Amino acid sequence: MSENRLYTEPVAGIPDRMSGNEAVANAIRQINPDVMPAFPITPSTEIPQFVATMISNGVIDTEFIPVESEHSSMSAAMGASAAGARTLTATSSCGLAYMWEMLYVAASDRLPIVMAVVNRALTGPININADHSDSMGARDSGWIQIYAENNQEVYDNFIQAYPIAEHKDVMLPVMICQDGFITSHAVENITLLPDEPVKAFAGEFEPEHYLLKKDETMAVGPYAVSKYCMEAKKAQAEAMKRAKDVILEVGKQFGEMSGRSYGFFEGYELEDAEYVCVAIGSACGTIKEAIRALRARGIKAGLLKVRVFRPFPAEEIAIALQNAKVIAIMDRCEGYSAQGGPLAADVMAALYRAKNQAEAFNVLYGLSGRDVQVEDIESLYAQMQQIAEGAAYETYQYMGLRE
Amino acid sequence: MALKASEINESVRWQDLTEGLKIFEPGTSKQFCTGEWRTETPVWDQEKCKQCLLCVPYCPDSSIPVEDKKRKDFDLDHCKGCGICVKACPFKAISMREGQ
Repeated sequence: MSENRLYTEPVAGIPDRMSGNEAVANAIRQINPDVMPAFPITPSTEIPQFVATMISNGVIDTEFIPVESEHSSMSAAMGASAAGARTLTATSSCGLAYMWEMLYVAASDRLPIVMAVVNRALTGPININADHSDSMGARDSGWIQIYAENNQEVYDNFIQAYPIAEHKDVMLPVMICQDGFITSHAVENITLLPDEPVKAFAGEFEPEHYLLKKDETMAVGPYAVSKYCMEAKKAQAEAMKRAKDVILEVGKQFGEMSGRSYGFFEGYELEDAEYVCVAIGSACGTIKEAIRALRARGIKAGLLKVRVFRPFPAEEIAIALQNAKVIAIMDRCEGYSAQGGPLAADVMAALYRAKNQAEAFNVLYGLSGRDVQVEDIESLYAQMQQIAEGAAYETYQYMGLRE
Repeated sequence: MALKASEINESVRWQDLTEGLKIFEPGTSKQFCTGEWRTETPVWDQEKCKQCLLCVPYCPDSSIPVEDKKRKDFDLDHCKGCGICVKACPFKAISMREGQ
């Protein structure tokens, strides 16, 4: 049982190996947040399990609240955050769906909660494996969303979450997403940072206003009639815009501490690439492997790996894609729009506004844990080459489908 | 710049609202006239009223002010016109009329 690993703390700076859930739990251990209400759901269950173990072992002094549902866990998180506590929770799939109405309230009440989302398909058909339909459904809820390719990234992203969420220009909740099982349960190489610099980087939550503040009365989440709601939403939308600068600044500072800098996205062999995949999450590792083989054959293949999906870095993505001839935008989430998935919708809009003339199409892949293999990606790049030579194509297609 | 609740009105810009519309003063509901929802209005007959004050605790909206142990006329800025006070009054000193 990997739980035992938490009895002997990993040695910082020395390459280690652990699962993505354990990596997040180690980030939580180093930050030692104040309150964690959580309800178990596969594949995120291990995160509250690890945290509860660390609390009972006296490693951290986070207040753990066992709740009766995810609706309750998000409600309790909002209460704790409004009271002035640094708060987190974790969930997946239907658990995230069950938080739905509270997600919007957490964002509009401007509560900087951090949630570890372990991406899993939404039912149905009933399925517990990785895809992005849970968090993609919440893309318009007002939460910042940051995705990871591997265990190292989800650890690094979690450490950056509070400095982003709690920044005075932002004050918005953040989802730190990773792919269910593929990274949450797979054991990979990782290098943890020492505890002290992580603690210093995360700092303390010092909100200007909070419910338990002495000598200040405060009401959170009042009713707003139509005459005020639009103004409130505009203010919230502006905070999401301001989050862009903060995310970049925090990613840069994290790089100064760790040697690993982060931006909105990662370009892999992107600069001179003619054929580009745009994707999110663990499949990017597979895509990189395919690119290495293609580059060895002289094919100008590249990848744009989206890390920050909300706020959506539309202008920056359009600039990064300006030299691409053919772009395959990959969605691990069916949108049922009859047009394709959510990443494609946003990237296509970004390309259009930038007057980009590249051939662009949407590829649905890896739904409900469907395996993504290097050969699938190589076939996709082969199709992109054919499109560049004039082949007709569907703008909305499936990869790895039996048909 | 965030304004105080008393300074917020329907011409205030989005830039001047508090973050998340949080309110940092107590008792601000007094400033908001919610009585406009009313379709029927209670009428107090001072001749019949014995100042027994039974109507006061029955009012769900604290819209019957009391001073010096005596009730005053209705606070129509907050009365929703539910009519419970009419039923509570043993002396038929309150009746409802249509409209605001």
